[in-house]
Amino acid sequence: MNTASVAQTTQPLFDVQAVRGDFPILSQQVNGKPLVYLDNGASSQRPEAVLQAMDSYYREMHSNVHRGAHTLGDRATDAFEGARIKVQQFLNAASAQQIIWTRGTTEAINLVAHGLAAQLKPGDEILLSQMEHHANIVPWQMLAERTGAKVVPIELTPNGELDMESYDSLLSERTRILAITHVSNVLGTINPVAEMVAKAKAHGVITLIDGAQAVPHFQPDVTALDCDFYVFSAHKLFGPTGIGVLYGKVELLEAMPPWQGGGEMIEKVSFAGTTYNTLPYKFEAGTPAIGEAVGLGAAIDYLANLDRSAMEVAENGLLQRANELVPSVPGMTVIGTAANKVPLMSFKIDGLHPSDIGTLLDQQGIAVRTGHLCAMPLMELYGLPGTARASFAFYNTQEEVEQLFAALQKIQRLFA
Amino acid sequence: MNASDFNNNSLGTSTTLEDVFDAFEFLDDWEDRYAFIIDLGKQLPPFPESQRTEVNYVHGCQSQVWLIHHYDKDSGKLLLLIDSDAIIVRGLAAIILVALNNRTPADLLATDIDKLFERLDLFRHISPTRGNGLRSMISKIQKLATAQAA
Repeated sequence: MNTASVAQTTQPLFDVQAVRGDFPILSQQVNGKPLVYLDNGASSQRPEAVLQAMDSYYREMHSNVHRGAHTLGDRATDAFEGARIKVQQFLNAASAQQIIWTRGTTEAINLVAHGLAAQLKPGDEILLSQMEHHANIVPWQMLAERTGAKVVPIELTPNGELDMESYDSLLSERTRILAITHVSNVLGTINPVAEMVAKAKAHGVITLIDGAQAVPHFQPDVTALDCDFYVFSAHKLFGPTGIGVLYGKVELLEAMPPWQGGGEMIEKVSFAGTTYNTLPYKFEAGTPAIGEAVGLGAAIDYLANLDRSAMEVAENGLLQRANELVPSVPGMTVIGTAANKVPLMSFKIDGLHPSDIGTLLDQQGIAVRTGHLCAMPLMELYGLPGTARASFAFYNTQEEVEQLFAALQKIQRLFA
Repeated sequence: MNASDFNNNSLGTSTTLEDVFDAFEFLDDWEDRYAFIIDLGKQLPPFPESQRTEVNYVHGCQSQVWLIHHYDKDSGKLLLLIDSDAIIVRGLAAIILVALNNRTPADLLATDIDKLFERLDLFRHISPTRGNGLRSMISKIQKLATAQAA
């Protein structure tokens, strides 16, 4: 990343209009108004390149993978395994066998929580944080129930950052697992995961990073982070639904038992006993989401052709514009004001319920998320019934940010 | 819960469905229609604090909704009270009360609430895909009426 030097140039950094043209869904009207899609944190949209890749996969090469008896099977397998290599390169993982396909972030975390059961005993602690998505809380609670281990949350500061003193004090010889989000889906906070992993390692703690909200905004380097597991979903990374990624260290993946049983994950099946396939197939029972893997590979290729540091500058510009406009809506408070944030803004407005905000923004063609955002413990911590959240992607424009605030002002007039 | 909690509810008594349809006919843009919905929500009688219990809570992902009822033996009518923490939901609940409050169970069950909301172009707000609790509330009211009619 070289954002500083990019920011100094006076040339247009990033041609957002050209990029918008790559996303057919964006050029439509909703409720009679041009769509302003600001719910990218829940799921982002797909570029034409992804749609075409999936279309031509099904038109030209679909067959089951790893069966090896005919030409279509070879084509499908090449496309499928090629996508795995793209993910490996995207994450800067050492080998493709460390990339396991899952249905998404949620399944990836469940797979790891299931696989680590044998390594836990009563009294062991699983550290996570008060800002986790339910997907990075509940699988660990289920694991704790099975093993007698305990889930312990790291506290937050009032502005929505992890309290690193709380983290330091909770890290002990009882800690066995650290499962932490790279970026908060509610607060937008980018957590100092590299520093946290280094500290955890010093205590022999297994580390998992939930990258679901991070990958749409920047590219993680799992080798540099040195985390044991990194997980994300394709549908937030401009790829298809129904597929996600688990990256893991080889020793840990080897030590974990299989997740589901069936075809593909076996080496030999017999009623006398079954032996399991090698990585990554040991964790991929059944016919995988082949077309979706191809789509994810195309999304990664698409992103690789964009200037990601210029994108980051443009995205930060969206958040900056939003922050500038907050005072134009009386009674509006931003939830989560960390110094290091992705372009995402959760907020409340005095006298308005998040559901009212969502309904009346939708009426104006603007899509945001409202509710507890799958982070009920965080809502409880900050005493909120829920929030409204505008989450931006690189294809959003400064004008759209301005439309959001004009729409919020209109809603306020309606309730006055 | 007191039977008196259900008194002084204009919704479904003095305010009728015809009033709502008439008003909507004159409101051209969405802002005026929503302003009317918000105003209608203000007609909801106060919900007794003691009744904000788990039993009376209707689950919705986006907002909270409470419902209580009282069957008036003398008139044979089902009296309903609804509350929500969201203002638009309160307004939509008020429309539901205009349609369903103070009806005999048989009349209530004969009311096509979906059709009514379609006519008002508000159906998407009570569709099962919206997590605002209104769909579950309508089902709950219909179950109450079915039980009472039995």
